[in-house]
Amino acid sequence: MWLKLAWKNLWRNKHRTAITTAAIFFAVILSVAASSLQDGVFDNFIKNMVSYYTGYIQIHQKGYWNHQVLDNGMIRDSSYESRISNQKNITAIAPRIESYALASFKDLTKGCMVVGIHPEEENKITALQNKVTSGKYFDHKSGNTVILSEGLAERFGLQVNDTVYLISQGYHGALAAGKYLINGIVSFGSPELNDQLLFMPLHTAQEFYSAPDLVTSYVLGLKSDKYLGSTVSKLRHISGETYEVMSWKELLPDVDQHIKMDKGSMSIILGILYLLICFGIFGTMLMMMVERRYEVGMLVAIGMKKGILAMLFLTESIFTVIIGSVAGLSCSIPLVYYLKEHPIRIGGEMAETYERFNFEPIFPASTDPSIFITQGLIVVSIGLLLSMYPVITVFKIDPVKAMKK
Amino acid sequence: MKTVIDAHNIKKVYNPETIPVVAVNNVHLHLERGEFTALVGPSGSGKTTLLNLIGGLDKPDTGSVIINNVDITKLTPNKLIDFRLHNIGFVFQAFNLIPVLSARENVELIMQLQHVKKHEIKARVTNLFQQIGLEDKMDNRPAQLSGGQQQRVAVARALASRPQFILADEPTANLDTKSADNLLDIMAKLNKEENMTFIFSTHDQRVIERARRVITLVDGQIHADSSPVSVNVDSTIT
Repeated sequence: MWLKLAWKNLWRNKHRTAITTAAIFFAVILSVAASSLQDGVFDNFIKNMVSYYTGYIQIHQKGYWNHQVLDNGMIRDSSYESRISNQKNITAIAPRIESYALASFKDLTKGCMVVGIHPEEENKITALQNKVTSGKYFDHKSGNTVILSEGLAERFGLQVNDTVYLISQGYHGALAAGKYLINGIVSFGSPELNDQLLFMPLHTAQEFYSAPDLVTSYVLGLKSDKYLGSTVSKLRHISGETYEVMSWKELLPDVDQHIKMDKGSMSIILGILYLLICFGIFGTMLMMMVERRYEVGMLVAIGMKKGILAMLFLTESIFTVIIGSVAGLSCSIPLVYYLKEHPIRIGGEMAETYERFNFEPIFPASTDPSIFITQGLIVVSIGLLLSMYPVITVFKIDPVKAMKK
Repeated sequence: MKTVIDAHNIKKVYNPETIPVVAVNNVHLHLERGEFTALVGPSGSGKTTLLNLIGGLDKPDTGSVIINNVDITKLTPNKLIDFRLHNIGFVFQAFNLIPVLSARENVELIMQLQHVKKHEIKARVTNLFQQIGLEDKMDNRPAQLSGGQQQRVAVARALASRPQFILADEPTANLDTKSADNLLDIMAKLNKEENMTFIFSTHDQRVIERARRVITLVDGQIHADSSPVSVNVDSTIT
């Protein structure tokens, strides 16, 4: 009975129903769009940051991160590597050997960071090949060749096919020295990396440091950052006490902190949005109760139980909230997909900064279904929570006072 | 004759802690089945308060209101609502039909609240609309009916629950002469043919003239009662 009455009551004051439904409709659209842009931007930012150099996860010999020397490296273990790569969320596993050396050309000498990489696997994670500005990336024929970062090459005045001399301390104190042909030059947006990185194939670096089969880290690529926590847990379980498994949040704590702060600011903006929605919905509910106060009193007088009346008002609110939410979701889904396919392009200096770091200057939207579900549920919950106002009013109403004009 | 309402020594004071207003003062009222009673008096004499008290819409500060052997002043709010649904019919001055429901649905609502079976509802609604002479307007919304027609539907709604009596607060106040006469005819007919008890507060001389008992209230007390049994035994009339 109350279903029919509730439905008819929706059309009693079409403008009021339209205002409430519109408030919910726009609330859903705005909150979904804001959240999907926020998540999309952060996902993209994280993807850019981790694919720049660190990867989503790194695995080291226990203690390496705090004391980064070759002697804290680990011997490659193919069975361990295959167990890692068999994990669902893992897309690539790139072994690295990283240490320092003195690079020299003519009368110039400079410290640099030597990174021995597996060319194919490394490329899957950091897309290093795309950063090559001259020369070429490593291939299977690459022997005693290196790729220099642009800043380092400029410092020495080196070009492709020149030779650079390296000297360092190898594994267990051995002397490391060699001369290497420059295969290519890469450019990094970060001056810190651009001025000191020198890449060589993994086996060449192991030979240079007299550390056959030694690696200092496994850098992992992931399908989705969403499952970062669970993936790290599984890897820790597989790795036991021998290795340390670190997520990008531990590797790049500043970035994690920055994202948390930005998300906090966004939560405040969303909070204000929800508050505005609350006022919009509550205003119409307040008007509705004032208009229908007499009628509620009359219905209680003639024998309608307050519980039924409360159910009637609740049903009316549910109808309004559901219509507004469904309409809002129906419109926000294509909008968000459109923003994903045609992301907002950043202009000006910010775009230049992005491009310098080889990042695409865009604000993409995330189409993660959880955004639609979460935002839809939040708005529905707000609507239902505010529906408690007419319900409480009904339970408090005194028919005699309500029917006094 | 069956007693329908037996009110003893009822008193109602508004704002007892600030500026007390005695709305009803030590009223005794005894109504029997089939009465057609008018409650009259000047504005502020306590007519509506008395109707509210005997209709279970308000609780007296002292005294008891016994309807159908139940002291309604002792009922819990929920039980009181249920009691009103099954025992008391209300007709209001402003008709108070639900605007989104048709005339038929307004009348059906009461019986649906009483969980009456569908086929019984249908039969009774048809019968009620025949009695009020609005068979052809059953599917009209209140806004599509005249004031008089709306009040007739309100009477049908009050009758739908098969109450012990019907309380009508100024039922003709918003009606023109013809509509008021028509309504009174219907109420008188129901009173005569179905022995339905009517108690109405009114200022309308035509209503007063058609009542078989007239109770006059002044300052919350019964000043005069045209019935053979005087119920206002304690009141002091000034």
